[in-house]
Amino acid sequence: MFKFLVQLGRYYIFLSKVFAKPENKKIYYRQIIFEIIELGVKSIGIVAIISTFMGAVITIQTAYNTENPLLPKYLIGLTARDSLLLEFSSTVVALILAGKIGSSIASNIGTMRVTEQIDALEIMGVNAASYLVLPKIIAVVFFNPFLTLLSIGVGLFGGWMAGILTGIITSQDYIYGIQYAFIPYYIGYSLIKIVCFGFIITTVAAFNGFYVKGGSLEVGQSSTKAVVYSSVLILFFNVVLTQLLLS
Amino acid sequence: MIELKNISKSFPDKLVLDNISMCLEQGKTNLIIGQSGSGKTVLLKCIVGLEEVDKGEIIYDDVIFNHLDFKKKKDIRKKIGMLFQGGALFDSLTVEENVMFPLEMFTNQSVEENLHRANACLKRVNIINANKKFPSEISGGMKKRVAIARAIALQPRFLFCDEPNSGLDPKTSILIDQLIKEITEEYQITTIVNTHDMNSVMEIGDKVIYIFQGKKAWEGSSTDILQSDNKDLNDFIFASNLAKKIKSFYS
Repeated sequence: MFKFLVQLGRYYIFLSKVFAKPENKKIYYRQIIFEIIELGVKSIGIVAIISTFMGAVITIQTAYNTENPLLPKYLIGLTARDSLLLEFSSTVVALILAGKIGSSIASNIGTMRVTEQIDALEIMGVNAASYLVLPKIIAVVFFNPFLTLLSIGVGLFGGWMAGILTGIITSQDYIYGIQYAFIPYYIGYSLIKIVCFGFIITTVAAFNGFYVKGGSLEVGQSSTKAVVYSSVLILFFNVVLTQLLLS
Repeated sequence: MIELKNISKSFPDKLVLDNISMCLEQGKTNLIIGQSGSGKTVLLKCIVGLEEVDKGEIIYDDVIFNHLDFKKKKDIRKKIGMLFQGGALFDSLTVEENVMFPLEMFTNQSVEENLHRANACLKRVNIINANKKFPSEISGGMKKRVAIARAIALQPRFLFCDEPNSGLDPKTSILIDQLIKEITEEYQITTIVNTHDMNSVMEIGDKVIYIFQGKKAWEGSSTDILQSDNKDLNDFIFASNLAKKIKSFYS
């Protein structure tokens, strides 16, 4: 328990360094663009692939579980839509991103620490925590909502494809279902969640990488820790945010 | 000039630096030597502020550095250039961008002016036709020279070098040593070199400070070493048979 409190204290001190005033806004702006490409744009592929299959599986499973002639077929589309909006395109995508960008951030910053690149920045008079981490936070928090919207769209398309190809639902029923009783707030709920999860992924991963000590073995361990801790925190805050936003 | 007064530093299980005082002079190459684990890297880290000292004072040109707040320390750090053991070049930047980095961060010069200054620094350390290469594409000796170019880009008043010859062949080591010596005299800066390379001690050591088990055990010039009767220093410097013969020849 004491160790946990010490780590929590260090995390808050780390965040206070990260959110200090930038030395040179022009360089930070350039870094933000770079990080949007590295952490955001380069994640489009994996998010699209996973979302397509998520949508397909949700559609097939829903059809399998609603094989009752009394239940209308369009419920398959409705269920696929709400599942993607409420949970899959935010939480599951966040867990995927925790693995992809979380490990990348932790290993990148950890390697900079063990090869003295962070020391070099600090001796120059640069706030290394802010210079290395703030652009990543801004990039992920800014770009993650686009990934979620993409995931929703591609997931619905994947569900439609699976429905048509397997013949479990007609195109008309599916499209009617994804439009039926639509609650726009669900999109806001999903976006709020992914922004919070993006903040958790970047700060937890950066924190683990920034304070790594040792060599390449410890960098690998910090990368694993970053993924595990951020995944657990995503699941915990998923419950908290759901209670706050949907109750 | 940098002055250390009664510096002590300990880690939970060990006293690493014990009441060390010294004066590191401007325009001279000041060498800190000692066996591995003697505390010289910790001493260097304390001087530049990467480690906090437990007691004592670190004085940069009459300003007590270790009593300053973070913001004022940053102002002094802008006058410091440091060459790390592995070079510590930024992997994601090219050679040219590495040298331009401190210029872009701390000056309001145009890109052309920064580029001009970066190229001048690279030329000064004899790096030619490698400007667009990444650190992973150049040799260890070149990395050290690029790191020196980056360290002098902002025309620092203090240059710190942590084992500049580690991992280099003898010929490249001599080139790096000569470069450090030339830059020190050219820019009239205070240079502190942390080393256990005896060739460096004899070639560039204007002032040599020997650290033994966390204490300052000896201080003098490189020529004084040959006449020294300090047993610990002699055991360290003249460890090989060849070195012992040289010592007996001179004495």
